Amino acid sequence: MSSCPVIIATGGANLASLIFALKRLGNEPVVSEDPKVIKMASHIILPGVGAARDAMSRLKATNLTSLIPNLKQPVLGICLGLQLLYSGSEEDNATCLNIIPGYASRFPKKTGLPVPQMGWNSLTNVKRTPLMNGVRDGDYAYFIHSYALPINEHTYVTANYGESFSAVVQYNNFYATQFHPERSSSVGSLILSNFLNI
Amino acid sequence: MKGVQFRNHRVMGDIISLASRYRDEGADELVFYDITASPHGRTVDRSWVNKVAGVLDIPFCVAGGIRSLADAETILNLGADKISINTPALERPGLIEELAKRFGAQCVVIGIDSSSENGNYTVYQNTGDPERSRSSQRTTLEWINEVQLRGAGEIVLNCMNQDGVKNGYDVEQLSKAREICGVPLIASGGAGTMAHFKEVFTTSNVDGALAATVFHSAQIKIPDLKTYLIKANIAIRPPEIKD
Repeated sequence: MSSCPVIIATGGANLASLIFALKRLGNEPVVSEDPKVIKMASHIILPGVGAARDAMSRLKATNLTSLIPNLKQPVLGICLGLQLLYSGSEEDNATCLNIIPGYASRFPKKTGLPVPQMGWNSLTNVKRTPLMNGVRDGDYAYFIHSYALPINEHTYVTANYGESFSAVVQYNNFYATQFHPERSSSVGSLILSNFLNI
Repeated sequence: MKGVQFRNHRVMGDIISLASRYRDEGADELVFYDITASPHGRTVDRSWVNKVAGVLDIPFCVAGGIRSLADAETILNLGADKISINTPALERPGLIEELAKRFGAQCVVIGIDSSSENGNYTVYQNTGDPERSRSSQRTTLEWINEVQLRGAGEIVLNCMNQDGVKNGYDVEQLSKAREICGVPLIASGGAGTMAHFKEVFTTSNVDGALAATVFHSAQIKIPDLKTYLIKANIAIRPPEIKD
């Protein structure tokens, strides 16, 4: 049984790897910024690469900033898509969708680690959520980001890069990963499959 | 561990089967040197990038022949996660800013071919073609600083003196680069044994180590290498256990 996932076109994002990952799971994802198409989807993915402000401008221009918070289907934010679900980001002081309270902040220089974080990192404190079925503490995922959400009450998985941050969050029907499941090998594939089964 | 470099000319089927093999063996990232890209600027068929993207569930980078925003856009749209620029960045450093602004620093990798001469490190260009390879007149450490200011998201430092000789990475040069490199730094050139990988991670604190020959020849098997590095307390994604 396959679902009808829709990927929201946020602009700037490289969607090919995500589309391929969903196809390998037997789905035919649609990429759209049309509110009608998005409303009809079984599952909605909010990807994002690039700057928070640019992505928000694009969503505003297509009237999606009011639609997304009211979606009832499972929504999966990926990378910047996670940060967009929150109130805002320190990056250009962007205002985001404000579905979950909190602000993304830049990795502090004092840790001495390269920014962006770009590479594999282990997942820790994995709490029970349908999205993470079968994923264990210590499994690795692939991250590319300079900004991150601090740990908050909606954090379901943490990771550490000089400091702990939210690797997976969930709030009602909104799920999000700071890492890229579409580039996280079999662990990532499992997470995408879990999402489509919610 | 960063991955594997494809330099030799191979037919398409080989590229896909090799990509799949390294994926299954647990490579953390693959770098493809597109030797089909003409140095003389003629249009080339990049459809292989899309085929590779279809089988890979790990990040991959394409290097070679990317001279413009349009070249980069083509490759990224076909499914590559990153593009690596070498000589074109030396010829026109502004290209780095343009790429970073348009696609984000995270997908802009700068490849640097560095030669060590009497303790001085110099950047070489056109190294893909032995007849055109020459010094760029830039010192390596200055160039590392400059590309970061211009927006590079990652630097692959290929130490030419070590390249292909399997005597180990140039940890002295890489350590100097690490001191001034605030973005991910990938070591390249010289891997011959598993101990060389351990040495470059522990001595030079690099974020990744790139190798080609030792993996292609299966002299070093990726799962064995990963097990070895984990035992040496190097934080690395473990090899996958296939059920």
